[in-house]
Amino acid sequence: MQAADPQLQALERSTSHKRTFYRWLLFLILGVFGIYYLTPMYVMIITSLKSMEEIRQGNLMTLPKEIIFDAWKIAWSGRGYDAGDVFLRPFFWNSTKMVIPAVFLSTFLGALNGYALTKWRFKGDNMVFLLFLFGCFIPYQAILLPMARTLGMLGISNSITGLVVVHTVYGLSFTTLFFRNYYVSISDEIIKSARIDGAGFFKIFFKVLLPISSPIIVVTVIWQFTNIWNDFLFGSSFSFGEAAPIQVALNNMVLTSTSVKQYNVDMAAAFIAGFPTLIVYILAGKYFIRGLTAGSVKG
Amino acid sequence: MFYWLQKNLPRIVISPSFAVILWFVYGFIIWTFYVSFTKSKMLPRYDFWGIQQHFRLWSNMRWYTAVENLLIFTVLFVVLCILIGILLAILLDQKIRTEGFLRTIYLYPMALSFIVTGTAWKWILNPTLGIQKLFRDLGFTDFTFDWLVNREMSIYTIVIAAVWQSSGFVMALFLAGLRSVDDEIIKAAKIDGAGLYSIYITIILPMLRPVFMSSIVILIHISIKSYDLVIALTAGGPGTSSDMPAVFMTQMAFHRSEIGMASASAVMMFLTVLAIIVPYLYSELRRQDASR
Repeated sequence: MQAADPQLQALERSTSHKRTFYRWLLFLILGVFGIYYLTPMYVMIITSLKSMEEIRQGNLMTLPKEIIFDAWKIAWSGRGYDAGDVFLRPFFWNSTKMVIPAVFLSTFLGALNGYALTKWRFKGDNMVFLLFLFGCFIPYQAILLPMARTLGMLGISNSITGLVVVHTVYGLSFTTLFFRNYYVSISDEIIKSARIDGAGFFKIFFKVLLPISSPIIVVTVIWQFTNIWNDFLFGSSFSFGEAAPIQVALNNMVLTSTSVKQYNVDMAAAFIAGFPTLIVYILAGKYFIRGLTAGSVKG
Repeated sequence: MFYWLQKNLPRIVISPSFAVILWFVYGFIIWTFYVSFTKSKMLPRYDFWGIQQHFRLWSNMRWYTAVENLLIFTVLFVVLCILIGILLAILLDQKIRTEGFLRTIYLYPMALSFIVTGTAWKWILNPTLGIQKLFRDLGFTDFTFDWLVNREMSIYTIVIAAVWQSSGFVMALFLAGLRSVDDEIIKAAKIDGAGLYSIYITIILPMLRPVFMSSIVILIHISIKSYDLVIALTAGGPGTSSDMPAVFMTQMAFHRSEIGMASASAVMMFLTVLAIIVPYLYSELRRQDASR
């Protein structure tokens, strides 16, 4: 908020010492908050690299004297014995198998819905959109019990398929909202000229609209990926045992670790479960934030 | 026939999704409402039982704990997130070079799941080896921090972890709001001799009223649905001291065979969300209409 007016410059020069002081204060506060946000991640990583003995001797912040990866091995592939050995590898793949079809289906259907709602206006389309939109806001507790029964009746409870269906269904509201808001801002002229050229509904969608939709596709895919990967409520309500997604497995692992608590293994496991979404955030933060602000009132 | 098909193609394309939404959102909500008026225990029963389940719910001590905790949590969570969010947004808006980097750091917890957050904070707040040991090692030998296992304080540990996770997001909302404020207004106020502090308090923050509104609505919405974080951090304990409505609902539904009462509690959650969202959406839509 600095200005280049000569009046202001004179004003600013007179207070330049004060300004330097405030500048330092500014960076101090920002830095302190940076440390506040980073500390849990730091604690997680160093704890996962220590032995349990060192954890008991040192404290949260002390760096490991010797870096060992045992906890990571145990968290990922277990200790090698059968009974009560919970580790993340199979559940990581469960989540992967769940997230890919669910993200693809919900994004594709959302794009198609958004297109039909904005470029082929029909009577009652606003009402239809409003009913979709409302689905973003419902607390999922209100649909949990009937969903559990429905999955049971369809014979897909406690399965990856069941979770794909659930995440696709409750993702539709968000994906439709995202694409609808994006397509509203795209000029109808492009569609009109394509129609004059004789292109139909689907041809316009695939040949004209989809090629210019990449920003919103990225936003939607990241939003859906993050939410589905991080989901715990659906995962824990509709699956258990072998079909559980990774967040459920992580929670079980932390709860059921035998006799002595293995904090280093817990931290390694937490990091593994958080890693995919963290990477997406670091690589595509801009799109991540855009999705957050567009769909933040999540069910 | 072909003409009819072509004319109605958009409706045909949207109808499967629409039917799914009607059934899985609206149909299911109606089902939950109805079941909350029945005697359902382990299995749903469909003979009408009046408001008995709601009566049972509101005479259940555990539900009171959950509602009380929700109130405590919501007030602290909303106030702290907004204070931290505004502070960081204003500081980041002072044209500093490392803005992008700092913003990335402030917001990364949002990418983690509540289960990951809960697991990390459970270890940090651990009464024996966590923060307590850290401070004792630093020389404060009497330092005690046992909130995680303290009935009176356990709900506050959830506030701590939740604020850590969500405050960066509020920062992002306010930063976007600040960016839309016209620089000319600030320049004019500066020439009039107003200090930066009073410019923010009297001019800029009042202009960000819509951002306040949406942040508050979003944060309340998050707190009503709080489930994962409670499960990962305290599992509602010790005892039921950090119970929340969402935890209560799943407990009754899946562990206590109280489908009727679980539905009644879900209805309460739904109505609370409705009471907050409908006026908000209404005012948002009106604002958009007015600006058109």
